[in-house]
Amino acid sequence: MIMLEKRPQPSQAWTYATPLLAVLLTMVCGGLLFAALGQNPFITIRTIFLDPLFSEFAWFYRPQLLIKGAPLVLIAIGLSFGFRAGIWNIGAEGQYIVGAIFGAAVGLAFYPYESFIIFPLMVLAGAFGGFLWAMIPGFLRVKFGTNEILVSLMLVYVAEQLLASMALGTLRNPEGMGFPGSRNLAQYPSATSWIDQSAGMHWGIVAAFIAVIFAYVALSRHIFGFNVRLSGQSPRAARFAGVNPSKLILICMGISGALAGLAGLFEVSGPAGQISIDFNVGYGFTAIIVAFLGRLHPVGILLAGGLMALTYIGGEIAQSNLGLPLAAIQLLQGMLLFFLLAVDVLTNYRVRFGKGGIV
Amino acid sequence: MTEPLLRLDGLTKAYPGVVANKDVSFDIGVGEVHALLGENGAGKSTLVKTIYGLVKPDAGTMTLEGQLFQPAEPRAARAAGVAMVFQHFSLFDAMNVAENIALGMEKPPPQAEIAARVRHVSDQYGLPLDPTRIVGELSAGERQRVEIIRCLLQDPKLLIMDEPTSVLTPQEVAILFETLRKLSAEGTAILYISHKLEEIRALCDNATVLRLGQVVGTCDPRATSARDMAELMVGTVLHVPEKAARPVGETVLELSGLSAPAPHRFGTPLREISVAVRKGEVLGIGGVAGNGQDELVLALSGEMKSAPSMITYKGDDIGHLPPNARRKIGLLAAPEERMGHAAAPDMSLTENAILTAMTRQDLTTNGFLHWGKAKEFAKSVIAAFDVRTPGPQNVARSLSGGNLQKFVIGREIMQAPEVLVVNQPTWGVDASAAAAIRQALLDLAAKGTAVIVISQDLDELMEISDRFAALNEGRLSQPRPAVGLTVDEIGLMLGGAHDMEVAHVDA
Amino acid sequence: MDLSSINPILLLASLMVAATPILLAAIGELVVERAGVLNLGVEGMMITGAVCGFVVAVATGSPWLGFIGAAIGGALISLIFGFLTQILLSNQVATGLALTLFGLGLSALMGQGYIGIKAPSFPDWHIPLLGDIPVLGPIVFQHDPMVYVGLLIVAVVWAFLRYSRAGLILRAVGENHEAAHALGYHVVRVRIMAIMFGGACAGLGGAYLSLVRVPQWTEGMTAGAGWIALAIVVFASWRPGRLLLGAYLFGGVTVLQLNLQAAGAAIAVEYLSMAPYLATIAVLVIMRAGRAPGSLGQSFHASR
Repeated sequence: MIMLEKRPQPSQAWTYATPLLAVLLTMVCGGLLFAALGQNPFITIRTIFLDPLFSEFAWFYRPQLLIKGAPLVLIAIGLSFGFRAGIWNIGAEGQYIVGAIFGAAVGLAFYPYESFIIFPLMVLAGAFGGFLWAMIPGFLRVKFGTNEILVSLMLVYVAEQLLASMALGTLRNPEGMGFPGSRNLAQYPSATSWIDQSAGMHWGIVAAFIAVIFAYVALSRHIFGFNVRLSGQSPRAARFAGVNPSKLILICMGISGALAGLAGLFEVSGPAGQISIDFNVGYGFTAIIVAFLGRLHPVGILLAGGLMALTYIGGEIAQSNLGLPLAAIQLLQGMLLFFLLAVDVLTNYRVRFGKGGIV
Repeated sequence: MTEPLLRLDGLTKAYPGVVANKDVSFDIGVGEVHALLGENGAGKSTLVKTIYGLVKPDAGTMTLEGQLFQPAEPRAARAAGVAMVFQHFSLFDAMNVAENIALGMEKPPPQAEIAARVRHVSDQYGLPLDPTRIVGELSAGERQRVEIIRCLLQDPKLLIMDEPTSVLTPQEVAILFETLRKLSAEGTAILYISHKLEEIRALCDNATVLRLGQVVGTCDPRATSARDMAELMVGTVLHVPEKAARPVGETVLELSGLSAPAPHRFGTPLREISVAVRKGEVLGIGGVAGNGQDELVLALSGEMKSAPSMITYKGDDIGHLPPNARRKIGLLAAPEERMGHAAAPDMSLTENAILTAMTRQDLTTNGFLHWGKAKEFAKSVIAAFDVRTPGPQNVARSLSGGNLQKFVIGREIMQAPEVLVVNQPTWGVDASAAAAIRQALLDLAAKGTAVIVISQDLDELMEISDRFAALNEGRLSQPRPAVGLTVDEIGLMLGGAHDMEVAHVDA
Repeated sequence: MDLSSINPILLLASLMVAATPILLAAIGELVVERAGVLNLGVEGMMITGAVCGFVVAVATGSPWLGFIGAAIGGALISLIFGFLTQILLSNQVATGLALTLFGLGLSALMGQGYIGIKAPSFPDWHIPLLGDIPVLGPIVFQHDPMVYVGLLIVAVVWAFLRYSRAGLILRAVGENHEAAHALGYHVVRVRIMAIMFGGACAGLGGAYLSLVRVPQWTEGMTAGAGWIALAIVVFASWRPGRLLLGAYLFGGVTVLQLNLQAAGAAIAVEYLSMAPYLATIAVLVIMRAGRAPGSLGQSFHASR
C-alpha cells in the first residue's frame, strides 16, 4: 500500500522536476489516447509539440505562438497573486470580455479620428473594465463573505451575454451591412495593437513580458509578494503580521481583473480585430491551467504559457493535417493539469511502500 | 489477584529521525492508578497510542488479562475494554453531546436511550451534562466531561487519561480525582499521563518515568519527593529561575473597561477588563483555556480593534492601531499557537523574522525587503536563544516545539519591546527550554520592559510574576501581589466550579 | 409583449423540470461537502454524465439504461478527483477545476458522432388520481420519472444524514476529520464514497439535460448548470430542505425569463438570459450561508 510521509522541508529538486514529469506523463497518456482514436501516437505527438517550432512552416507558426501565448501569460500572471493568497478568481474570462468591450468602445467612440492618444486611452479603458468586473466578486467577498469562485463564474456568463448584446446592438458596425460584429479595430491605425503583424508582434506581447518582470520583482523582493505568499499559507500568521485581509482581496482581484481586461483589449484590437459574439475563446480558463502549470511563479508561467500555446497551435495543425478533433487537445490540456497536481505530492511528501495504508 | 491487567513488554517504535519508544516494559494491575511521567518528547503519547491501537509497535508485546493484545485499530482496543480520554479532545463542535457520545461508541443505542444513560452516568459520578447541548458551546471542563462519560458508558477495564488537568480549575481537579478514585475502587485501572508532579503524588499508586523513549525508573509517588521525580524525568538538576529584586516604574499600558464581542461563534467576549501595567513588572494572568486568553492577546496585538480609550499606551489611545503600528511604538505580542499564528510553518526562519521584526528592525525600504538584514537578525535570534536548527533558511515546521518557541519568543525579545505580551510561553516545551524562556522573560523585565504573561501553568506564574490576576469568562479579577497567594485563593479567583459536586455513589 | 400568452400552469410545471438537473447535481454535491470535500468539478461530471447517458441510451434504445450509464460515468470520472485529493493530497480547488476542464474535453470527444441524433423518448408519467387534480395535477403529478427520482434522492439524503449511523459518521468526518480519525473512522474511505455518490448524481443531472430536457447532445450543453448547483449548495447551508427551495427558485427564474423571451418582452433577449446568473449572485449575497462543515476543503493526512 502507498504511504505518504511529510518531508521536513519541501524538496527543491522536485519543485523543478514536477512540471517536466507532468509534461512527460501527458505525452505518454496523450499518445495512448491518440492511438485509441486511430492516429499514430508518435506522429501526433510530434505534430503537436514539435511541428510548430521546427517544421517547414515553422516561420508561420512561431509568431502564432507569441500571439496565442501572450494573453495566457498576461492573465495567468494576474491570477497567480490571487491564487497564492487563496483568492480564487475563476472568472478571468468574464473580465477579459468586459475589458475588451470597454477598450473597443473607447476606440470606436473616436472613429474615424487619428491620434496617438487613442490607443493609450483604450489600454486604460480595457484595464479599467476588467478591474471593475473583478471588483464585483471582490467587493461582495469583503463585504458579505460571498464565495468569489461562484460570483466571478456567474459573471462570466453574464459577460458573454453582454458581449452578444454589444456585438448585435450597441457596438455593431453601422457599415457592416447587417452582419453582427463591430468595426475592425485592427485596421483602424490609431486603435490597433499590432506592432508588426507578420512577425506576430503586438503590444500584448510586450505587456506580457513586462508583467512577468514586475511580478518576479514583486514576489521575491517586495513586501506585497511576501504578504501574498503568507496569506495563502497561514492566514492567521498573516493577520498577526499586520496584513489587512480585505485590502489584500481587493488588490489581488483588482490586479487579476485589470490584467485580464488588458489581455482582452490587446486581443480585440489586434489578433481578433472586432467585437463579435464568439470573440472569447476560453483564454481566461486556460490561463488557470497555465498558472498552476507554472507553479504560480512568473518565470514558470512564462514557460507554461509557451507550452500551452504550443499545444493550441499544434492542435490546429493536427486537426488540419491529421483530422484530429480539437476536443482531444482540450482533453490533453485537462490531463496535463491532472498530472501536475498528481506529481506535486512528491514535493511535500515522500512515497513509501509498505504495510498499512491510507484507506 | 497477582496477575496484572495489562503487561507491556519491550515495546519499541521508531519514526524517521527519532526513536519514540525503546524497549518499554511495565505492568498495570486491576484497579491500579498508574502514572506515566515524562517531559514533552519523552514518548508518552506514542506509547499510549500503541495501547489504544492507533500505532503499531515495531517490536514488543502487550498482554491484557493474560491474552495477547494487538489492537489493529481503536475499535478493537475499545472492544477489549480500553478507553482513552485524549489531551486534545476528539469532539465535534457543531453536534450535540448525545451525538458526540454516540460517535465514540461501537454499537450505540438509539439517541433517546443515550440521553438517558448520559444523565444517569453523569449523575452517578458528579459530572452533570445535558445531552442536548451543542458541544461547541461548552467550556473546556464540560467538554472533558463529555469525553470521560463517553468512555465510562463502555464499562472500560482500563481508562487512559492524557494530561487531563491542563484545562481544569483547582476545584475541578479535586472533583476529577474523586471520580477517578471511585472508578479505581470499582476495579477500573487508570493510566494517568501527566507531568504535574504534585497531582501524581496525590492521586497515583504507582509511577513509571519515561525519558527520551525509555523507562528510566518506577517509583511509588506517595513515597517519593516531587524534586526526585522531576530529576528522574529530566535527568539533570533543575535550575529554578532567579527573580532579582526590581524597581517598578510608571504605568506604561492601561486597559480601561476593555470590552469586545466574541470574534466568532465559539469564542469568548471580553468584559470590562481594567488593569494598569507598569514598567519592569511581570503581570501574570492565569486561567483555564477558553476564558478569553486568545481574545485578550488579539486585542492587545492589534489583530482585533477596540473602541476608543479602552487601551492606552503611555497616555495615548491605541485601540484603533493595527499590529505594525503598535510594534513601532514598542508593544509586541507572542500568541499561543506557534505553528500557524506566531510563525508560518512552511516559511523559513528568515521569513518568519520578517513577519514581526519588519518594522522595528528596519527590514524594508519603500516596501522592498532587505533579505540580508533579515537573515542576520534571524541568525542573531538563533544564536542568542540557543535554537537548535541547521540555519535560518530552514522552515519553521522542521524545528521541534521547544526550539520554535525559543525562536518565537526570542524574536520578540530581541526587538527590545517596551511592553511584551506572551500567551502560554512554555506550553509543550521541554524543561530546559522552558526554564530558559522564563529566565529570558525575567531578564527582560529587569531591563524595564513591562511583561504580561498569560498561562495555564500556575506554578510557572507563581515563579515569575510580581502581580497575579485571573481571567474567567472574559473578566479579569483584581490583580494581587503574587507573594503569599495560596492555592485556594487562586482557585477562587479563577472561578469556582459551581455546578460540580463530589461524586455521590453508594459507597 | 403579449403576457397573456404565458400559461401559469405550464410555467409552474416547467419549473420543476428546469430545476431537476440542478437539483440532482446539487444534492450529490451536498453530500460531498457534508463529508468535508469541496468538489468544483460538478460541471465536468455533469457533462460527462450527459454524454455517457446519451451514448448508452442511443446504443441500447433505453433511456433508463442511459441514466444508469450516466451515473456510472459520473462516478468513474469523480474517482480521478477522489484519488488526487484524498490519496495524493492535491489542492481541492485546482483539482476540481481540472476535472471540469477535463470533463468538458472528454465529453466533446465522446460526443463527436452523436450530434444531431435524437434520443429515445422518455415519456411523462400520469400518476392516477393525483394527476387528475385540477391545477395541482398538471403542475406536480404529470412529470417524467426522473423528476420524482430527484425528489426521492433528496428525501433519502435528508433521512440518511439526520437519522442513520452512517450519516452521523459522514457528518463527523466533515466536521472534524482529525477527531473522526482519532476515533477510528476511515476518513478517506468515507470521503471517496461520498465523492462517487456526488459524481453519480451529477451524471444523472447531466443526462437529464441530454435525454429529457433538450433532448439532444451538444458540446458544452450544461452551460454552467454545475456551477449553479454549487451555488445552491452554499445557499442551502448544506441542508437538503433548503436545497430543494434553492433549486426551484433557480428553475423558476430560468423558465420565467424563457417565457418572457417567447412572449416578446421589451427587454433584449441577452439581458433576460443573464437573469438566472444574476439571480444566483443575488441569492448568494442575501442568504449568507450558515456554518460550513468544519473540515470543508482541507486535506486530510493521517500521521501514523
